[in-house]
Amino acid sequence: MATTTLSPRAEQYQRSWVLDWLTTVDHKKIGIMYIVNSFLFFFAAGILALAIRSELAVPGLQFMDETTYNEAFTMHGTIMIFLFIVPVLAGFGNYIVPLMIGAPDMAFPRINALSFWLLPLGGILIFSGYLFGGAAAEGWTGYTPLSGPTYAPGAGTDLWIIGLITVGTASILGAINFIATIFKMRAPGMTLFRMPIFVWTILVTATLILLATPVLTAGLIALFIDRNYGGSFFDPAAGGNPILWQHIFWFFGHPEVYIVILPAMGVVSEILPVFSRKPLFGYRAFVYATIGIGLLSFSVWAHHMFTTGVVFLPFFAFMTAMIGVPTGVKMFNWLATMWRGSISLTTPMLFAIGFVAMFLIGGISGVMAAAAPVDFHLQDTYFIVAHLHYVFFGGSVFGVFAAAYFWFPKMTGRRLNERLGKVHFWIHFIGFNLTFFPMHSLGITGMPRRIADYDPTNTGWIILNSLETVGAFLIAISIFPFLINVIATLINGERVGDDPWEANTLEWATSSPPPPHNFDRLPPVRSERPVFDLRHRHDAEVLTAEGLTAEGGH
Amino acid sequence: MAVQASTAPAVVEHRQSGMPTPLVGMLLFIASEVMFFGGLFAAYFNSRATHAAEWGPPGGHELEAWPLATILTILLVTSSVTMQFGVAAIRRGDQGRLRMWVGLTLILGVLFLLGQLYDYSQLGFGISDGIFATTFYTLTGFHGAHVFGGAVGLTILTARAMSGQFTARNHVAVEAISMYWHFVDVVWIGLFFTLYFLR
Repeated sequence: MATTTLSPRAEQYQRSWVLDWLTTVDHKKIGIMYIVNSFLFFFAAGILALAIRSELAVPGLQFMDETTYNEAFTMHGTIMIFLFIVPVLAGFGNYIVPLMIGAPDMAFPRINALSFWLLPLGGILIFSGYLFGGAAAEGWTGYTPLSGPTYAPGAGTDLWIIGLITVGTASILGAINFIATIFKMRAPGMTLFRMPIFVWTILVTATLILLATPVLTAGLIALFIDRNYGGSFFDPAAGGNPILWQHIFWFFGHPEVYIVILPAMGVVSEILPVFSRKPLFGYRAFVYATIGIGLLSFSVWAHHMFTTGVVFLPFFAFMTAMIGVPTGVKMFNWLATMWRGSISLTTPMLFAIGFVAMFLIGGISGVMAAAAPVDFHLQDTYFIVAHLHYVFFGGSVFGVFAAAYFWFPKMTGRRLNERLGKVHFWIHFIGFNLTFFPMHSLGITGMPRRIADYDPTNTGWIILNSLETVGAFLIAISIFPFLINVIATLINGERVGDDPWEANTLEWATSSPPPPHNFDRLPPVRSERPVFDLRHRHDAEVLTAEGLTAEGGH
Repeated sequence: MAVQASTAPAVVEHRQSGMPTPLVGMLLFIASEVMFFGGLFAAYFNSRATHAAEWGPPGGHELEAWPLATILTILLVTSSVTMQFGVAAIRRGDQGRLRMWVGLTLILGVLFLLGQLYDYSQLGFGISDGIFATTFYTLTGFHGAHVFGGAVGLTILTARAMSGQFTARNHVAVEAISMYWHFVDVVWIGLFFTLYFLR
């Protein structure tokens, strides 16, 4: 094949910046649009969460009826997962992955733009149920028969299905793009085992999206046929099987939880070494652990279905416990990376350490629920809500904010204010734990999830629920220092040059923000830390002159 | 500390080796399609497993492999062969043969679709007539939709071949569409044996 070279700085022609952003195929602009769009949906779904917590602050129905409540938690879950966490991480991937591997853009720039623009379309479709007689109200898992034509006759569920197929298609196209980019566009010297861990996690994530999401699409289409054309996939009266939906949904849904956590793990694995001034402990072990999680994630789906009585409990309980092993390897690597490092507690570092701590709690409660006898007790209680929020929020969302603080100087050339950042972190951290830690206790004592009301005579539940509502509003308040910080920094932030953190990976070898073609020149890539090597390229000469080797021995 | 990449070469070459990027994209897309049909096949076998005794078309109707379904299968398998002749032709740079073989493939694909529509009109049961009918129409319908998508691709290929856009060195679209067409063919072979012969 022909060789392509990085283009020289092209002559820019003038057009309005609106048209420029609407028609762009530049992965950096698309990445920023992904992130901004995801945060808009984050705020919408966050308002729904506040509504849910307000209703639950005290027993009784204050300002929502049951249907409104059901719509609120369904939309909250669906939007948070499909239109916030997955795309915001894909957005950081979009911006950072080509830079990290020294590529000028993604492999298919126009498909990249398409997979972004399908997202707001899908999100609007899902939300538009509110305009057509009520949104979907059967939970983000859409269990049949609740989502079937009998119990959800409205258009809301159909729009939910079509919206999810749209968003799923966007994910699949994005995944194809990431995998092709990572395999075909790496700079010279960037072998697979010199790729940054973030790129590895995006590669495994994209593979999971590619193989899991189409299965959900098939299930959604089957559900749509049942609802609209008299099909009977999930209708036992006509020979169908409602449990089939759970199998299909969780065959997608369990890889999905690794789709949302793996890139966040990648972010943390980039940040911890930079602010500990040490290389990542156990690079190869980390890569193999990531691949191991990806493989195992396809064999654990039925642990969501223990209480259906139709799955083989020992197998799925065992596999679920097994997936804790590579996760434990990562936990060890993170701690060993920080061990005796020269740690500076910047805001991205605080969020990264917050991730490690919160994800540990989510991981432990996950292994608890993996034990089938325990799960029979905990199924559909607030314990599960606590577990999934420690993983999704304490894990992924902490990773998202770590990424935002870490790469903001890359995207803008300006660093977010550290003082406001720390205010954000601490209110966020305290609010998060106040909201979700008491849910463990509520769940163990039997409070069911997805119910608008609870026992008014149970004083313990009332106290804990009120505390949680306070915590939820603390999380909401913590967003304001973040927003103010972003806006103020964009207007008048500290300009910090190209590499403010003295980081390791290739994205810091170009200007901040990078030019449209990303790199005027690339440093040689001889390890997984090319920018570190570049910064310290004279050290080896000095050491050699003194009769020492770079490893520090004689 | 500002990083100076003074020791690096001014221009870095991105070497392309191995499979062209568009073909990688097509293979990945086919992988996702395999999982999509995997989901539908799983739904079929799950439903079938719960109705081992009474599995089959709704009362009074039969699903006959001969003659129509077999003829349709022969049409589609033949079209894969003609498609591959087209690919071989353009690899040699033979634009005339490319036009002929791709055009023939397109005709065979359209014939398959028309035959399938005729088959639907003759079956006598609809998608809402029980679980077998639902799975039958969903599987064959989505396969048909993929044949239609392939036919759209072949139409574009034919038009581009007519205007002489492909050469021995530059014909990645032909390779990509042929991969997709073979995939659609393989899905049909799986469907044909699952629906008509697996007892």
